[in-house]
Amino acid sequence: MKSANFIFNKPETLELAINLLAESQGMGKPLAGGQSLGPMMNMRLAQPESLIDITALAELAQTEEAERDITIGASITHAQIEDGLVADPAGGLLRRVAAGIAYRAVRNKGTLGGSLVHADPAADWINLMPLLNATMLVAGPQGKREIDAVNWMIGTFTSALEENEILVAIRIPKLSSDARRSYYKIVRKPGEFSEATAGFLIDAPRNICNALIGATDGPPVYLSEAKELIGELKSGQAGSLTSAALISAGLEPDTHAYRLHEVAMLRAAALLDTKEGEMQ
Amino acid sequence: MTRVTLTLNGNAVNNEVEPRTSLADFVRDHHDLTGTNLGCEQGVCGVCTMLVDGMPVRSCLVRAATCCGTTVQTIESFEHDEVMSQLRESFTAHHALQCGYCTPGMLATARDIVLRLPDADEAQIRLELSGNLCRCTGYSGIVKAISSVLDVRKQAILSPHTTA
Repeated sequence: MKSANFIFNKPETLELAINLLAESQGMGKPLAGGQSLGPMMNMRLAQPESLIDITALAELAQTEEAERDITIGASITHAQIEDGLVADPAGGLLRRVAAGIAYRAVRNKGTLGGSLVHADPAADWINLMPLLNATMLVAGPQGKREIDAVNWMIGTFTSALEENEILVAIRIPKLSSDARRSYYKIVRKPGEFSEATAGFLIDAPRNICNALIGATDGPPVYLSEAKELIGELKSGQAGSLTSAALISAGLEPDTHAYRLHEVAMLRAAALLDTKEGEMQ
Repeated sequence: MTRVTLTLNGNAVNNEVEPRTSLADFVRDHHDLTGTNLGCEQGVCGVCTMLVDGMPVRSCLVRAATCCGTTVQTIESFEHDEVMSQLRESFTAHHALQCGYCTPGMLATARDIVLRLPDADEAQIRLELSGNLCRCTGYSGIVKAISSVLDVRKQAILSPHTTA
């Protein structure tokens, strides 16, 4: 269980990091907390020829609050979010979701951006960011660009990041004060990856009514204008709208996975009426 | 090879190592600090947990090369640490270990719980311990040991003159 060897670099600037990545000709990997890449390398599922430590890059460690949104640097750790060291645009939701990721020792190292780039469908940020209508800020050899969170994950372990690009920060709109949100995941043991995830966001002043079905075999499924679906679920009975949503997420009726996701949706809808709005 | 310079258990160290060297292998193989055990080497079992800049991390996942400039504390460095002394006594009193393999990581996590979550109840202690596996004790003794240290520390705050 020891990783293969690699060349190690810790550049001081984003430009240098992108250059090093380009020089590696596809065989290099940026390294932030290494809490997903580390196990994969130890098991030799991943054998990058070079690792580019991006934790010294100032742009990735910053948080910026504007009137309408908060931009969180990609190398901010889950523990920093959990401890409230960065402003929470979703009224405490980010903090509580962060606290439910893996274990404290992992959260001390694992980063928001690293998790998003790893794109495990059963992880948390990959599901939550599109629900919050976030935007990914990316830098590469051609300059900077923005990617809507709903278009971020294109497959299991595959993000929309192009070769030699680095995720710099995530811009998250601030929820209005009367927004209601919920996030629920089913895990066999605290800290494990989710078996079924569901979430809702209703923010009437901003005209948002989103539903999420996550932890499937691929990217999470988002439904905007989900008011009727939420209404059906809040009756406590999963009906035809729920069924259609689950099938659209690639879940086959009468399977274990389908039922777990159905339960997650019912729980998440019920949590919309609670003050906290989320638990696991 | 890459040069690693950091503070290990209070001493400045400086070694040339392979970039792949994990922090656990760094302290064990290059500094003979074998108190740190290795279990799964994929970040699940928590056995190798140690403190980097005061925070518990998985030393099997963290590469030593990424720790330049940090302060690393292994289980060998806590002889005179107040909280760790309390935990050691409490682990003994509550039979919080049997084979002892998970104990170094358990103590690193326990110290973090005591300092970060002084009001933790049993449910929260169990939740926080979910990243440290123990195959002997069934966890009850460990939970009791941590609970008891939290109680003792709370009492000390409430009655500073009566507790030594």
